Amino acid sequence: MTALLSIEHLAKLFPVGGGAGTIARLKRRLAGGAQTLPKVHAVDDVSFVIAKGETVGLVGESGCGKSSLVRTLTRLVDVSDGSIRLGNRELSLKPARVFARDRDRARIQMVFQDAGESVNPRFTAFDAIADPLRRLRKLRGGALRERVETVADQCGLPRQLLTRFPHQLSGGQRARVGIARAIAVEPDLLVLDEPTAALDVSVQVVILKLLQRLKRELGMSYLFVSHDLSVVRLLCDRVLVMYLGKIVESGPAAAVFEHPVHPYTQALVAAVPRLHGGDGARLRLSGEPRSPIDPDPQVCRFYGRCPRGEDSCKTAMPALRRFGDREAACHFAEGFLPQPKVVS
Amino acid sequence: MTTAPALLVEDLSVEFRTRAGIVRALDRVGFRVGRGETIALVGESGSGKSVTAYAVMGILDPAGRVTAGRAMLGGLDLLNAKPSALAEVRGREIAMIFQNPRTALNPIRPVGRQIADVLIRHGNVPRREAPAQAVEMLRAVGITDPARRAKAYPFEMSGGMCQRVMIAIALAAKPSLLIADEPTTGLDVTTQAVIMDLIGELAAQMGMATIFITHDLALAGQRSARIVVMHAGHVVENAPTAELFAHPRHPYTAELIAATPDSAANLDQLAAIPGALPDLRRVDLPPCRYVERCPRKLAACAAPLPQPAPDTSHFVACWNPLPIGPETTTEACTVSAA
Repeated sequence: MTALLSIEHLAKLFPVGGGAGTIARLKRRLAGGAQTLPKVHAVDDVSFVIAKGETVGLVGESGCGKSSLVRTLTRLVDVSDGSIRLGNRELSLKPARVFARDRDRARIQMVFQDAGESVNPRFTAFDAIADPLRRLRKLRGGALRERVETVADQCGLPRQLLTRFPHQLSGGQRARVGIARAIAVEPDLLVLDEPTAALDVSVQVVILKLLQRLKRELGMSYLFVSHDLSVVRLLCDRVLVMYLGKIVESGPAAAVFEHPVHPYTQALVAAVPRLHGGDGARLRLSGEPRSPIDPDPQVCRFYGRCPRGEDSCKTAMPALRRFGDREAACHFAEGFLPQPKVVS
Repeated sequence: MTTAPALLVEDLSVEFRTRAGIVRALDRVGFRVGRGETIALVGESGSGKSVTAYAVMGILDPAGRVTAGRAMLGGLDLLNAKPSALAEVRGREIAMIFQNPRTALNPIRPVGRQIADVLIRHGNVPRREAPAQAVEMLRAVGITDPARRAKAYPFEMSGGMCQRVMIAIALAAKPSLLIADEPTTGLDVTTQAVIMDLIGELAAQMGMATIFITHDLALAGQRSARIVVMHAGHVVENAPTAELFAHPRHPYTAELIAATPDSAANLDQLAAIPGALPDLRRVDLPPCRYVERCPRKLAACAAPLPQPAPDTSHFVACWNPLPIGPETTTEACTVSAA
């Protein structure tokens, strides 16, 4: 498979405290103070590849940097370090403000969590879907109407609902509007940020099936961000597990959920409620995550919450190492790897 | 059940008067919770789970009105009690954990003070000793450095910590009944597991009955002995958890289980539930509010729904329920009609 998007050593840091604005910076300079503010390492040295037609899941708890990673790679915010390549094009160098009008803007589109909140409340469903087409495709008049109606049909949104405002639509219909406006400009990569989090299970199923059908029909790649692991398992080929700005594990979705290697993934998988099988492995994480503000580069980010946590974990940051088709960032990954099955 | 239940809800009906008409949000809802028992109210949004809890607590929106029914807590009918009697019980005998801890907590009062308030009002704790006990409560719900955290405001804490504070407030007066309304919505799965463990442990320690409200069938199954499935203001099925999953009788329950992502190996096996909730403002609502979505409907479905007999262990509000299995006769699974 050919790589559609490849990300290398991507970092996104946010300065905190003391004011990050121009005036605050100028004041600090005049005062002769330190130029470096403490920084939140939201995304720290992240590398991965999304192949054409692949669905990659991104999981992790709130505050782990999922959203920062997504906002950085969709180029809604500027990159602190590293590269983002879409096909042959390097995207990381253009400022976000310039990229908004770039011809490649249409190639990466995003579906936000709740279309009720992410769609302009004064836009009808038609306007919401038409907006990217007007801006990026310069479509007008009949051609615009035709394209909007085509994608609405593709997303199963009845045409008579196109004149409605977001608050007049049900949760499932809003989700369809969110998806329709993202696929209207025929992107190569669709980034889905918890598209079903606000929906009831019965509607969730319909939307997940819609996404799967659209992917087959249109040949897009998906980056599916979610903290619902049972949904990720159903939809994704491969999964990335993120913890405090770093990828701690990756691999085929089925394998990762069956045999999680990193202790964090193990805790994550153990915490998912199961319909059958009760409360089997009671692996629980105690305490709060470490601070993401200027973390010690020599200490494993999971140290302190990790049930394993040994001395080597606070003297050397474990690197993401490859084991066959999987990767894990833990000193003790070998011990957690699934053993070859012995037939008894 | 031989002993008196911690809470017995019968025939609870609630209406909301809105500009667009009367919404019949609950219709003859009934269930019981034994002492020390944990049950779950499960259903999709709009099914009436939270309204049930609010009605029992007496904190319905002013537009809402209880039109019938009773909710017996010991000898007291919560639905017809005087406000003063209700105020005595609420917080002391019956406590609630709300859905969003950040908005349910007082934003301009340190969390330790908020716990102390409950201790003073409902826990018979002298004013002077309350702050120290509040710190102990925070320690009991697993907050590290509780003395410092007691002085913190809700906005200074993470969602998981706020939820722990909510739990501490709810449990401060050692109630005999706890209603937890989606206590882990918006929390991460790892935090969810820890919070649910905590509620379970404390409930077991204090012999507290728990009503756990959730839309997550898998979570409900893991955490409760009995599940009450609600749909459009009706209790459609009420059964012990294992039995409900093994032999769902109501078509809606079966479809809800089949729509839960965990139940399928791949997306194609997952089944959607056709149709939508009926508009509860309609004057011509059928007796069974599921009938218009139901694949098993009969002519008999136009009759009023069966009501639970006093000792039914597995109640299903359906005239044509799914069969349990080959060994059971149809006679045994027919629910006695009231």
